[in-house]
Amino acid sequence: MSHLLDRLNFFSKTKAPYADGHGITTSEDRRWEDGYRKRWQHDKIVRSTHGVNCTGSCSWKVYVKGGIVTWETQQTDYPRTRPDLPNHEPRGCSRGASYSWYIYSANRVKYPLIRSRLVRLWRKARETMEPVAAWKSIVEDQAKRDSYTKIRGHGGFIRAAWDEVTEIIAASNAYTAKKYGPDRVIGFSPIPAMSMVSYAAGSRYLSLLGGTCMSFYDWYCDLPPASPMTWGEQTDVPESADWYNAGFLMLWGSNVPQTRTPDAHFYTEARYRGAKSVVVSPDYSEAAKFSDMWLHPKQGTDAALAMAMGHVILREYHLDRQAEYFEEYARKYSDMPMLVRLVEKDGHFIPERLLRASEFKDNLGEKENAEWKTVAFDELSEKIVVPNGTIGSRWSEKGKWNLEEKETDGNDTKLKLTNILDGDHDTVVDVAFPYFGNREHDYFKGTDHPDTLIRRVPARNVKLAKGGVLVASVYDLFMANYGLDRGLGGENIASDYSENEPYTPAWAEQITGTPADQIITVAREFADNAEKTNGKSMVILGAGLNHWYHMDMNYRGIINLLIMCGCIGQSGGGWSHYVGQEKLRPQTGWQPLAFALDWARPPRHQNSTSFFYAHSDQWRYETLDVDEILSPTAPEGEMSGSLIDFNVRAERMGWLPSAPQLKTNPLEVAKAARDAGKEPKDYVVDGLKSGDLKLSCHDPDDPANWPRNMFVWRSNILGSSGKGHEYFLKHLLGTEHGVQGKDLGEMGHKKPEDVVWHDEAPEGKLDLVVTLDFRMSTTCVYSDIVLPTATWYEKNDLNTSDMHPFIHPLSAAVDPVWESKSDWEIYKAIAKKFSEIAPEVLGEEEDVVMTPILHDTPGEIAQPMDVQDWKTGDVEPIPGKTMAQISVVKRDYPNLYKRFTALGPLMENVGNGGKGIAWKTKEEVEHLKELNGVVTEEGPTKGMAKIESDIDATEVILMLAPETNGEVAVKAWEALEEFTGREHAHLALPKEDEKIRYRDVVAQPRKIISSPTWSGIESEKVCYNAGYTNVHELIPWRTLTGRQQLYQDHLWMRAFGEGFCVYRPPIDTKAVKPMLDRAEGQEHVVLNFITPHQKWGIHSTYTDNLLMLTLSRGGPIVWMSEVDAVKAGLVDNDWVEAFNSNGALVARVVVSQRMKEGTLFMYHAQEKIVNVPGSPITGQRGGIHNSVTRAILKPTHMIGGYAQQSYGFNYYGTVGSNRDEFVIVRKLADVDWLDGEKDRLHPDDMEAAE
Amino acid sequence: MAEFLNHLVFGIYPYIALSVLAIGSVIRYDREPYSWKSGSSQLLRRKQLMVGSLCFHLGVLIIFFGHLGGLLTPIELFDAMGISHGVKQTLAIVVGGIAGIFAFFGATLLLHRRLFDPRIRRSSSFSDIAILFLLWLQLVLGLATIFVSLDHLDGHEMVKFMSWARGIFTFQADASSFVMDVHPVFKAHLFLGLTIFLVFPFTRLVHMFSAPVRYIWRSGYQIVRSKKAAL
Repeated sequence: MSHLLDRLNFFSKTKAPYADGHGITTSEDRRWEDGYRKRWQHDKIVRSTHGVNCTGSCSWKVYVKGGIVTWETQQTDYPRTRPDLPNHEPRGCSRGASYSWYIYSANRVKYPLIRSRLVRLWRKARETMEPVAAWKSIVEDQAKRDSYTKIRGHGGFIRAAWDEVTEIIAASNAYTAKKYGPDRVIGFSPIPAMSMVSYAAGSRYLSLLGGTCMSFYDWYCDLPPASPMTWGEQTDVPESADWYNAGFLMLWGSNVPQTRTPDAHFYTEARYRGAKSVVVSPDYSEAAKFSDMWLHPKQGTDAALAMAMGHVILREYHLDRQAEYFEEYARKYSDMPMLVRLVEKDGHFIPERLLRASEFKDNLGEKENAEWKTVAFDELSEKIVVPNGTIGSRWSEKGKWNLEEKETDGNDTKLKLTNILDGDHDTVVDVAFPYFGNREHDYFKGTDHPDTLIRRVPARNVKLAKGGVLVASVYDLFMANYGLDRGLGGENIASDYSENEPYTPAWAEQITGTPADQIITVAREFADNAEKTNGKSMVILGAGLNHWYHMDMNYRGIINLLIMCGCIGQSGGGWSHYVGQEKLRPQTGWQPLAFALDWARPPRHQNSTSFFYAHSDQWRYETLDVDEILSPTAPEGEMSGSLIDFNVRAERMGWLPSAPQLKTNPLEVAKAARDAGKEPKDYVVDGLKSGDLKLSCHDPDDPANWPRNMFVWRSNILGSSGKGHEYFLKHLLGTEHGVQGKDLGEMGHKKPEDVVWHDEAPEGKLDLVVTLDFRMSTTCVYSDIVLPTATWYEKNDLNTSDMHPFIHPLSAAVDPVWESKSDWEIYKAIAKKFSEIAPEVLGEEEDVVMTPILHDTPGEIAQPMDVQDWKTGDVEPIPGKTMAQISVVKRDYPNLYKRFTALGPLMENVGNGGKGIAWKTKEEVEHLKELNGVVTEEGPTKGMAKIESDIDATEVILMLAPETNGEVAVKAWEALEEFTGREHAHLALPKEDEKIRYRDVVAQPRKIISSPTWSGIESEKVCYNAGYTNVHELIPWRTLTGRQQLYQDHLWMRAFGEGFCVYRPPIDTKAVKPMLDRAEGQEHVVLNFITPHQKWGIHSTYTDNLLMLTLSRGGPIVWMSEVDAVKAGLVDNDWVEAFNSNGALVARVVVSQRMKEGTLFMYHAQEKIVNVPGSPITGQRGGIHNSVTRAILKPTHMIGGYAQQSYGFNYYGTVGSNRDEFVIVRKLADVDWLDGEKDRLHPDDMEAAE
Repeated sequence: MAEFLNHLVFGIYPYIALSVLAIGSVIRYDREPYSWKSGSSQLLRRKQLMVGSLCFHLGVLIIFFGHLGGLLTPIELFDAMGISHGVKQTLAIVVGGIAGIFAFFGATLLLHRRLFDPRIRRSSSFSDIAILFLLWLQLVLGLATIFVSLDHLDGHEMVKFMSWARGIFTFQADASSFVMDVHPVFKAHLFLGLTIFLVFPFTRLVHMFSAPVRYIWRSGYQIVRSKKAAL
């Protein structure tokens, strides 16, 4: 009744004693307890996750109280896996736990925003003009265009209505498509797995428009090119639970507790189980605490360490004693038995390409694709045989593409690894191997060995159709490459680990600083465990290795160790590359939705690294000469030009994609062809040959070839991944920038051969930059239009990861707040507006689309022997063979919205597929019509399945994907059986009836179904592990030999010295020397600029979150060793400036003894919008971590049309490495917050405030 | 006029202040039980708190009980026990003086801490600062009365206050007349004291009512609150 009256109970005996009076029972009021109960009572608890690029994919409970999201906690209801395996949960980390802060924070984008100058121009123009004409009047008037493009990044946003901004965007897209071509509309969005439908929303719109979807995995430098080179697979890795099964676990350049926080418990549990742990990391990282042994080589020299370990393992387990398991594994699952041609050069031999069946008389009996069938000696018959499983078999006779120990004619075979025995070889020859470890570098130590290491290799004479050739097995060359003395005499080999020859442990100690005895111990124990457990030795590796220019060498060095110990494809063993690849598990179900494959094929895809290199004009500042990376053993032939020349050649030969593709509008090309009475395909070929049509890549600075519109969603490209940030600002955006270096013209350096040089570089290529985000990121700040998108707690979507086998949702806990909308709804709105205004200039159009020669298609066996460029007249330009494929795609612009919201006819008529196999989807389309309902409105989509809401879209993915629809999985395995001639459907049959729906995953995460899209399986017996089906189901790897490819025989691989794995020191970017005078007279230190993944954010997300800022230092920081700090006169928490010719950045310095001398860590992607002062060097605010980097391409990543080295979107291609960069670091004398009035660009700049 | 004012402040105001104190506290206890707290800032910063708080509370408790006993004990009782007014006055000056200095030292520390420690300042409400200031001021006034009292050690002034207090509690309409001609510093001290009563329910001072005194004679060490509704 009343708290007070309740207490006035002196006369009532309310206290009953018990326990001899030691306790009493009272009956006082207990309502106060409700306060504590209500603390955990909510209106609802909703399952969602964080669609951020961390591969965590953790299911979370989101709590809603009074319509407000209050907080979030980890879900703990993952299905159990197996009794003997630890549970997956709890999954989640402090970053995810801080997410709800964003929803109501000041940094939330709440309304559509637009530059006030732009909207004023627009409103004025719209008074008298139709939308497209209005846009034309703005962008074709230089002064008007400059008025808003030159102030990007300087504020000036005002609120606008959805209707108005979507009209501007649509008008701009329509104008661009009409004037320059739809391929000038580009969109950047990464990692579909983090929110598949949101990705698909934008990419579906772009694909229906004919716009270009930009790649991300390669641009992020998370793609390890070594993986497609070796396995023909982008990246496939074990789930984290499989660490638990390992006996020997190495963590190499990866920081599991910091960057794979929700999975780290498996590492701890693996150690409890008894696994030995070795951690390789130059700094004393968080992961080092897991180690029984911590190796800390000099940064960037990991390949040397791996090569030395390989040297030890080969010596002890392959040569002095042949471990049976290792030997059998190498024979069956690697290219080691295959034969390599040896050719003479400069008085000794060099390994050339793999010998092919086509070179023999009668093609060794092969009818088809003999050029693509590699050969080996057979131990049983001593004859040369063509084994099953080569890429030639994949695309010819059915049923021979498997790894059974059989010849293609059906006989049993046992491939011969070595010809070392006296009777086996005809001769022993001197073979030259390139050595790069002697190259000059100011900050990396080399040895004084010669450029070419001549080693003795047993060889055999082979008779060919035309003459003979000397051959050696990959195995024998591989041993020679490692510098192992096999009793054949000669130099540059070692029989003792203490000899100083590449690649002994003693040699590696000089390069890496890691003691030889530690290298030997680790190698020995690694192999010893693998031998005893049949391959349960595992290496977890990551960005620390992969972000170097020569990342392939770091990776292949380790891959070699794993293959020589038979670890790939074995549960508990293998290659665990966890760098941002977030496995898009229902990939094949998602692709039709995302790239509108239900309406038109092929979509336009572009590799971002080459694109941004060209269009942010970073090539104009190139400092790396091709000669510096070319091998001394490079075959004869023209290898001149600069890096962009190599990229242009790759585009010309159909290796790499090319967008914008042609200087001429592709919508005009088809028309012109029809007018000329030709097929568009022939018209393009003739035009290119005659020079009437030009590829855009020859002149990226010509206004006709500029990208014009850019969408950014689910991404913060300028604040996070934009390598060469200042070049982006200068050339792509055309705003103020901090570029310090001079371009090739100003320097008087040699200019590219195949690319037109303009003395005046363009500034501001983009007409319109549109960013969708929920927070005001760095990219938003530089955009022209910012659209407020729903947060991860306000939309419905799907999420998967490679770290666990479950699919689970994002779901809306509350409706999008303020005026935000989900990505799906935003792109729908743009599509609708576009369809409304398109008829002003566009109708039904024919679009000529050029696509590179694609991996996992029959076309991938295009250029078998030499590199031949049609431009030089070597060969004729033949689409899909010697140049890009040419297709004509019909666009229906006025019905784009209708197409967007309905599942098109191609799924019913053509079907679906992926990774080289295809199946019909008629039934699934029918199911979707029943599930989502059909379009009833009159028009071209009447009667088709609806894709109206984001949930409809999830159902399309789930229905079409084998991973979430058992029926499809069985169909897919059966499709693969056609190729392999073996039975695989048993992997999915037990789950044939299972169909996972969106509401199922909302109820509880679901484990996916085994599918041939992936090389691991979901099973009650083993964890998911890459390569499992290759080893256990004998499905070949999708490479030239069908086996794990240790020898890369493409001409360019050989030319750049990477046929075999070698140690290559970091490249010299020459960015420091020209700037040293700027630090004169001031204490400074030159350090290697390293950008690892951080603890206080996932890339840039969370780095502007108050909670995470509070846990760190509240703004940008760099880490430095105590020794370096003394050199530069710095103490902890000083403000410093780091700079080189690319630009400058400012940050506070953390001085720590855990850092290795010579390195500066700037944890990747700290936003430059929080607590960042100005840089004296640039006069600009901050600088961001990428202000001091510049992308540098590597020619070997451009190779195409060659089996596993064929292009795939996010699969192969150039990568944006950045770790070879150095910076000058000095104390920031004056901290200038740039708070005062700036000299304005234009006097009317204050109008934004109006 | 002076008489009227005197009556208003020392004859009527005491009833207003005491009524607000009593009724206000009851209402607050019933309506806002979660606000019934001492509001300790010890978790935010221990610095200055331990010394300041201990001195302040020790001093103030002695003073409080001194005033309570001194003012409300019937004067006849002192007389019966043979304690002369002079002795009582001297006792009050000595004990009150020492305790007052303690409390003043503590309150000064606490006030300084509350005003100049940014963390404490940011988490303080207006009432937190105001009540501490009022208490500090009251201590200053109380100590100031000592100097006046030294002029009449016979205790005759003190008797006036005892009569006044007794008058108030026995509802004598002319109670205010007892203090009509006392030194202004006493008047100020009295007025501020009443004002502190007045604001009492609106401040953290309510924690006085919840001092865990009963803990000393509690029965039973383990307390189980019955699920049965209170009677």
